[in-house]
Amino acid sequence: MNADEWQALQLSARVALWATVACIPAGVLVAWLLARRDFPGKFVLEILVQLPMVLPPVVPGYLLLMLLGTQGPVGRWLDQSFGIVLAFTWQGAVLASAIMAFPLLVQPIRVAFRLVDARLEQAATTLGATRFDAFRSVTLPLALPGLIAGAVLCFSRSLGEFGATMAFVGNIPGETRTLPLAIYTYMNVPGGEGATLRLALVSVALASAALVASHWLTRVAERRLGYRDQQTNRA
Amino acid sequence: MLSFDLEFSRGTFALSASDVLESGAIGICGPSGSGKTTLLALLAGLIRPARGTVVSGDEVLVDTTAGVFTPAWRRHFALVFQDGQLFPHLTARGNLLYGYRRRDPAQRRFHLDEIVDLLEIDALVERRPAQLSGGERQRVALGRALLCSPRVLLLDEPLASLDDRLKQQILPFLLRVKEETGIPMLYVSHSRAEVEFLADRILRMERGRLEPDSARADDHR
Repeated sequence: MNADEWQALQLSARVALWATVACIPAGVLVAWLLARRDFPGKFVLEILVQLPMVLPPVVPGYLLLMLLGTQGPVGRWLDQSFGIVLAFTWQGAVLASAIMAFPLLVQPIRVAFRLVDARLEQAATTLGATRFDAFRSVTLPLALPGLIAGAVLCFSRSLGEFGATMAFVGNIPGETRTLPLAIYTYMNVPGGEGATLRLALVSVALASAALVASHWLTRVAERRLGYRDQQTNRA
Repeated sequence: MLSFDLEFSRGTFALSASDVLESGAIGICGPSGSGKTTLLALLAGLIRPARGTVVSGDEVLVDTTAGVFTPAWRRHFALVFQDGQLFPHLTARGNLLYGYRRRDPAQRRFHLDEIVDLLEIDALVERRPAQLSGGERQRVALGRALLCSPRVLLLDEPLASLDDRLKQQILPFLLRVKEETGIPMLYVSHSRAEVEFLADRILRMERGRLEPDSARADDHR
């Protein structure tokens, strides 16, 4: 692989990692709200969270540009007040990826929270744990396999983000040209066949590695949480 | 001393219950759906009453007219559930110490070794709940409740999921807990025999109303 291809790979990894890290706290909170709470506007939140998954990706990208572009109302304010520019920067690519991958993170965590018996949380509170303490010491550890699955999906989706990234931050080599954008670019360049194939294979390898890691982490977590003890001997 | 006077309703179900418990054990019998578990949830602080009071010793835990509501985690009313509700990701030891670690050290009345001896669970402490039998799980659940040094012990059908042989094994432990710790106990069960074995006084729950039992416990001993 040449330097440009490496650059695209490294940039993709960096964007996906930051997108995942940024998504996890919000994802856990939203998943918990959707799994455990009833409140006015819950339905609206649910739709909003899932919307990026069903919209053409270029639409969220376009909306981000309208809002956060240097001429957009929020973008101008961020630029003038804090000197933060998201449009056409790799940080903007992180935001676009995070929004597109968010539903994939929330869904498994939400299911995992629902599978935790609420009476375990009640038991914890009668034993002196505040609600937050019960969440931290009972609900969250028991939902860990779901959190891992969600994080891996989020990371993989971020690696592959194309439409929203292209619309919001463009295709700037070294700044926003992530793996999929590089592949697309090489496909349209005469003589780019070799690079296209190499990067496509790298994508397959990365995605496979993420899935293997997810399976392995889930197994480790399940064993640590006692989900697999039934199979060991009862003594 | 525990005294309560509570009213609660949900849909067409209405609950109204009051009693004073000095020490020893009260048994509450009644058919399923009569409100026994709801009463325990109200006492434990898991749900809020529509109206009423709960007083433990000289401390007012609930007084709806004064706007007092102490949350579950500050009541120290340990609740033992029908199926134990042990935390599956912790060992028996982790479960036993869950409430203990969250109790102010000055308020701790029991320690791990005593409770492990009392309930004869020494061989089990390193196991996970999934590796315990039903009877072992209930003993650990009882130990976990005792180790948070509760002011009151609430038992919600703790033997219902066990077969008769296991029930006979656990009942002596419950009696031992009652006699050796002196913690006031509220024992809920649909089985009269269990209640009579443990309780000093029996109340009956019928369609949300708590009433003195018509048949006196002594007659059945």
